[in-house]
Amino acid sequence: MKIGTLKESFAGEARVAVTPSSAAHLQKLGHEVFVESDAGSLAGFSDDDYRKAGVTVEGSAADLVAAVDVVAKVRQPSEGEIAQMREGQTLISFFYPGQNKDLLEKAKDQGITAIAMDMVPRISRAQKMDALSSMANIAGYRAVIEAANNFGRFFTGQVTAAGKVPPAKVLVVGAGVAGLAAIGTATSLGAQVFAFDVRPEVAEQIESMGAEFVFLDFEEKAQDGAATGGYAAPSSPEFREKQLEKFRELAPQMDVVITTALIPGRDAPKLWTKDMVEAMKPGSVIVDLAAEKGGNCDLTVPEQRIVTDNGVVIIGYTDFPSRMGTQASELYGNNIRHFMADLTPKKDGVVNHNMEDDVIRGATVARDHDITWPPPPPKVAAIAAQKPKEKKKELTPEERRAAEIATFKAETKSQVTLLAAGAVVLLLVGLVAPASFMSHFIVFVLACFVGFRVIWNVAHSLHTPLMAITNAISSIIILGALMQIGSGSAWVMILATLAVLMAGVNIFGGFLVTRRMLAMFQKS
Amino acid sequence: MEYGFTTAAYVVAAILFILSLGGLSGQESAKRAIWYGIVGMALAVLATLFGPGAGNWLLSLIMIAIGGGIGYVVAKRVQMTEMPQLVAAMHSLVGLAAVFVGFNAQIELARVLRIKAEDAGHVFQGFAAVLAHKTPSEIAMLKIEVALGVFIGAVTFAGSVVAFGKLAGRVDGKPKKLPGGHMLNAGAMALSVLLGILFCTGTGPAILWLILITLLAFFIGYHLIMGIGGADMPVVVSMLNSYSGWAAAMIGFTLSNDLLIVTGALVGSSGAILSYIMCKAMNRHFVSVILGGFGGETGPAAAIEGEQVAIDADSVAAALNDADSVIIVPGYGMAVAQAQSAVSELTRKLRAAGKEVRFAIHPVAGRLPGHMNVLLAEAKVPYDIVLEMDEINEDFPSTDVVIVIGSNDIVNPAAQDDPNSPIAGMPVLEVWKAKQVFVSKRGQGTGYSGIENPLFFKENTRMFYGDAKDSVNKLLPLLD
Repeated sequence: MKIGTLKESFAGEARVAVTPSSAAHLQKLGHEVFVESDAGSLAGFSDDDYRKAGVTVEGSAADLVAAVDVVAKVRQPSEGEIAQMREGQTLISFFYPGQNKDLLEKAKDQGITAIAMDMVPRISRAQKMDALSSMANIAGYRAVIEAANNFGRFFTGQVTAAGKVPPAKVLVVGAGVAGLAAIGTATSLGAQVFAFDVRPEVAEQIESMGAEFVFLDFEEKAQDGAATGGYAAPSSPEFREKQLEKFRELAPQMDVVITTALIPGRDAPKLWTKDMVEAMKPGSVIVDLAAEKGGNCDLTVPEQRIVTDNGVVIIGYTDFPSRMGTQASELYGNNIRHFMADLTPKKDGVVNHNMEDDVIRGATVARDHDITWPPPPPKVAAIAAQKPKEKKKELTPEERRAAEIATFKAETKSQVTLLAAGAVVLLLVGLVAPASFMSHFIVFVLACFVGFRVIWNVAHSLHTPLMAITNAISSIIILGALMQIGSGSAWVMILATLAVLMAGVNIFGGFLVTRRMLAMFQKS
Repeated sequence: MEYGFTTAAYVVAAILFILSLGGLSGQESAKRAIWYGIVGMALAVLATLFGPGAGNWLLSLIMIAIGGGIGYVVAKRVQMTEMPQLVAAMHSLVGLAAVFVGFNAQIELARVLRIKAEDAGHVFQGFAAVLAHKTPSEIAMLKIEVALGVFIGAVTFAGSVVAFGKLAGRVDGKPKKLPGGHMLNAGAMALSVLLGILFCTGTGPAILWLILITLLAFFIGYHLIMGIGGADMPVVVSMLNSYSGWAAAMIGFTLSNDLLIVTGALVGSSGAILSYIMCKAMNRHFVSVILGGFGGETGPAAAIEGEQVAIDADSVAAALNDADSVIIVPGYGMAVAQAQSAVSELTRKLRAAGKEVRFAIHPVAGRLPGHMNVLLAEAKVPYDIVLEMDEINEDFPSTDVVIVIGSNDIVNPAAQDDPNSPIAGMPVLEVWKAKQVFVSKRGQGTGYSGIENPLFFKENTRMFYGDAKDSVNKLLPLLD
C-alpha cells in the first residue's frame, strides 16, 4: 500500500502525520510512503529529511492524493480535502464524528474509508495508537510551560542570599492524561501541586505523580471510571456545589490553575467561576485546556491570552500540541504507524481492514458508502470494575479483648483436644503392646515433640541445608545395618553390607554438601 | 565395651542431633550446627562399631570408607542448581537401606527362631542375641514394625527415584497417572495391609509376603509421585524427607534402638513441618498436593485483557539506571538458566551505584524449600538482602523496579483477583504494585501450573524475553 501525508491546511498547525522515523517503520510493514512537499517544515522535518528516509516527496496535495491509497493527516479534513479523494481511498486523521456530521456525510458520499484517531477505543491493547492521550500528554506539559512563561515568579521555592522565595502553588483540575502530565511537569519544576478529580480512584495516580489530592468530603456513590471507559461523567448538582465551594476556598492561595476537565461529547463543565478568578492574586495564571470545548473557566476566551481587571492571566489557547510540533508529530506519527501495523497484521504491505477487530471497528467512522459511527460497544471492557473498598472496622478495646479471649479459648480447646486424643491413642497402644515397646514408644513420642519444637525455629532461607542435614542424619539407619552385618546368615550379611554402603554415601554426601551450602551464606 | 557406654554415647549423639537441627535457626549458628551433626554421627557409628552387638567391623569400616568416598565426590561435584535432585537421590538411598535392614531383621528372626527350636542353649552373637531374648508378644510387635518399616522405606525409595527423575529432567515433569488413578493406589494399599496381616500372624511364607509388600510399596511410591507435577516438587521432596525419617524410626523399633527412633522422629517431623510450610505457601491442602494435579477448576478463569509488551535490554538498563530501589524476584527459571552469578553481578553493580537492591523469595520458589537462597548464596549474594515474602511484600508499592527472573505462578495476581483461578488464595509476591516490572522469561508460555499470568499483561509490566543468563549479561555493560 502507498501511504501519504498532506501538509496541514489549518492555519498555524505545525504538526505532520508522518515523520521520517515513523516512515521507516511504515516501510518495514511493507508500505510505500509519500509526503506532500513542505508538509513537515513547521515540525522541523525538511523534504530532504524525508527523502533520506526513503520517502517520495510530491509537489502538491492533488498529486499526493492521486498517488496514494491511504491519506494520513492530523487535523480533521476540510470538505475540500475530502472532495479531492477518490472512492475506496482511506483517510486517517482526527475526525470528531460527533461534532462533524456534515463531514461524515461527505465522506460517506465520496465512498472513502474514514478512520478517526479520536475514536480509538480506550483499551489496553490500543494505548499505543491512542492519539488523544499522546496529544493530551503534550498539552499538559505545554500548559505548565505556558503558565510558567506568564508567571512572574519561580515555580520552585528557594532560599537565596537575597532572600527567601516560596514555591508556586499549582492547582490542576481534572487528572486525566493531560492533568497528570501537568502535575508531573509542575512538580519537576519544583511547584507545590494540588490536584482534583471527580473520580476518587485517581487519587493514587495523583499522589504517585507527587501532587496532593484535594479531598472532597462528600458522601455519594463514587463514580466508577470503568462504566464510562475511564472518562469522567457529569456529577450531581449537590456534588458540584460542594466542589465549587472547595475551589472558592482554594482560589486565593493558588498561583497557577490548570483546568483540564472534559466530559466526552459535552461542553466543558464550568468549574472556575468569575468570583474565583476575582479572588485570585494579581499575577496568577489560569491555563484552560478545555478552551476548545468552551472552557472550564467562565472568563476563558478560546485561542487567546487575556488579562483580567485584577491582573489574572487567562490562557485559552487550543493548539498546545501544535506549539510543540516536533514532539507532537513524533508521537502522532507513532500512533499512526501503530494503527497501520494493526491494519497490516502480516507486515506484507496489504491492508486487512478487519471490522471484527474492536480497535479498527471503533475507529472506522465511514466505509463503503456507509456511516459506521457510533460503533457498537467494544467486546472487552476497558478497565476492570472498581471493587468497593472494604473499610476495616475499628475494634473497641472491649471487642478486642473479647476477640483475644475467643482465640485463646479456641487455642486451648484445640490443644486440649489434641492432647486428649493423643493420650487416648497412647493408652490404647499401651493396652496391647508389650512393655519393652512402650519404653521405646515414649522415646519416639518425645522425640517427635522435640523435633516439631526445634524445626519451627529454622530460618526459611536455610530449608535446603535443613533437608540436606536431615538427610545425612537419617542415615543413622546405618546403625541397624552395622548390628546386622555380623550375622551368620549370608543373605543378611550381603544386604547389611549394601545398606552400610548406601548409608555411608549419605552420611558423607549429606554433611559435606550441607557444609558447602552453609559456607556460602555470607553477610554483606 | 559396655552396653552402658554405648547408651551414653547414643544419648550424647541424640542431643547433638537436636542441637544440630536447632542451630539452623540462623545463618551463623548453622555453621556450628553442622559440626554437632557430624560429631553426633561419628559418635553413634563408633559406639555401635565398638559396642556390643556389632560384628565384622572391618567389613563395616571398608564399606563406610567406600560409601564415604562416593559421597565425598558427589558432594564436591554437585552444582547448587542440582541440589533438589541430589536430595531426592539421597532420600532414595535411605529408603532402600531401610528396606534392606527390615528384610534382614525378618531373615535373622527366622534363623534365630529356627536355631532356637533346634538348640535352646545356643549362644547368639550381636543382633541375633537381641532377637533371641524377645518374648512371643514382642516378636509379634517386631513383625508389625518390620512390615511398616519396609513399607515406608520402599515407598520412600520408589518415590524418591521418580522425584529424582523428574527433578533431573529425565522423566517428564507433567503429572501422569495410570488409568484407575488413586483407586489403584488405594487397592495396592489395601492389598499391602492384607499381606501385612498375613505376614504378622505368621500365615504362609513370611518372606514372600514381605517381598510382595515391598513391590506394592514400590508401585505406590512410583505411581503417587508420577501423578504430581513439577511445581509441587518442594512438597514432595520434603514429604519424602519426612518418610525417610519415619522409616528409620520404624527400623529403630525393630532393632530396639532408641537413637534410631529419636533421630528418625526428628527427621520425620522436620520433613512434615517443611511439607506443611510449603503447602501453606501455596494455599493448598497437603492431601490435594499429594493426590496430584490442581484440584479441579471451580469455574472459568477471568479473561485477560491487554497484550504482553516486549522490551529490549537498553530500555531495561535505562530504567535500572533511573531507579533508586530494585527488587529481584528469582524463580526456578533462574536456576535452569544458571543465571545466579549474572544476577549477583547485576546486584553488585546496582549496589555500587548506591541503589537499594533486595531479593524477594517466595517459600515455594524453585523445586526445593529454600532453593533460591542456596543458589544466591552460592553466587555470593549477601543473605541479609535476601528477604522472605512476608518481610518484603509490603515494600513493593514503594519500589521503582522489580525484575522477575524465571518465576511465574508465585507472582500471579490471579491468586488474589480471580476467585476462579486454580491458584486462588495462594499467597503471592505483589510485584505488580511496583512502579515498573520487568519479566525475564524465555517465551510466552505459561508457568508450571499451566495458568495464564495476568501480570504479564499489566500496563506497568514489560516482557524481557530471552534466556535469563544472556538477558542479565546483556544488561551488565549497559549499567553505569
